Amino acid sequence: MTEERSNQEWLDALRSPEPDEALAKLRTLLVRGLRYALADRFNVTEDDLEDFAQNALLRILDNLHTFRGEGRFTTWAHKIAVRVAFTELRRRRWQEVSLQDLIARYDAGDFTPAALTNHTAGPERRTTQRLMLETIQRIIAEELTERQRQAMTAVMMGGMPLEEVARRMGTNRNALYKLLHDARQHLKKRLLAEGLTPQEVLAAFEE
Amino acid sequence: MVLEPTTLKRIVRSVLATRPDEIGCDECFEQLDRFVELKLAGKNAAEAMPLVQDHLDRCPDCREEFEALLAVLRSMT
Repeated sequence: MTEERSNQEWLDALRSPEPDEALAKLRTLLVRGLRYALADRFNVTEDDLEDFAQNALLRILDNLHTFRGEGRFTTWAHKIAVRVAFTELRRRRWQEVSLQDLIARYDAGDFTPAALTNHTAGPERRTTQRLMLETIQRIIAEELTERQRQAMTAVMMGGMPLEEVARRMGTNRNALYKLLHDARQHLKKRLLAEGLTPQEVLAAFEE
Repeated sequence: MVLEPTTLKRIVRSVLATRPDEIGCDECFEQLDRFVELKLAGKNAAEAMPLVQDHLDRCPDCREEFEALLAVLRSMT
């Protein structure tokens, strides 16, 4: 069953002196939505769903003034609930993983693609791959700041969510995305300046 | 340390596909509910909001939340 209130009805009810009924209805909707959103995550309990919905309600109330009315209020509310839930689930999933330990696993100093240990590739191909790899490594070392290298390693090699990397680096997800974007832009410019076309680079590591 | 070639290729593809006008996570989040509604309505959301689609193609955090939101709304129809 979907909630049929209009956007304005929701806003008016939540801003009224007696918002309890609207809050209860919204909470029920959010819990139901999160149950579907997180259905494949076996470590999520009903208590978790209630907690996520409650935290989402607080955030929704704090941000009612930012709802622009371009779409449905309930969609906007579900979006916030999903964000709240995933933020917490990511924190739990990664809480035992230190950034430095993760980065150390992929230290560029001994970074050898599996392709180069594949001895079924001919010697010429392995040489091409090694040269390409060394070029890319050199470019990364020369073009990126230490912070950019750490972020790129953690996110793109270690698979750590941006949100978790950002937390450990004392920044926020948006700023981290922009840091990575800046890094990618530098690398792209440099790769192209070295005369490496996309086709060449990718073809070098095709099976 | 041995790195999988698929990871290396993914990094290189990501670098080479970089564009100057990418939006960040905040801007994507702001527009995500509208994007999802377009998708559910059978409209070409990627065409209508290309920078959101581009961000979702690049950002695993935002993509995961987008997929979850889509699942939520589909369950409500």
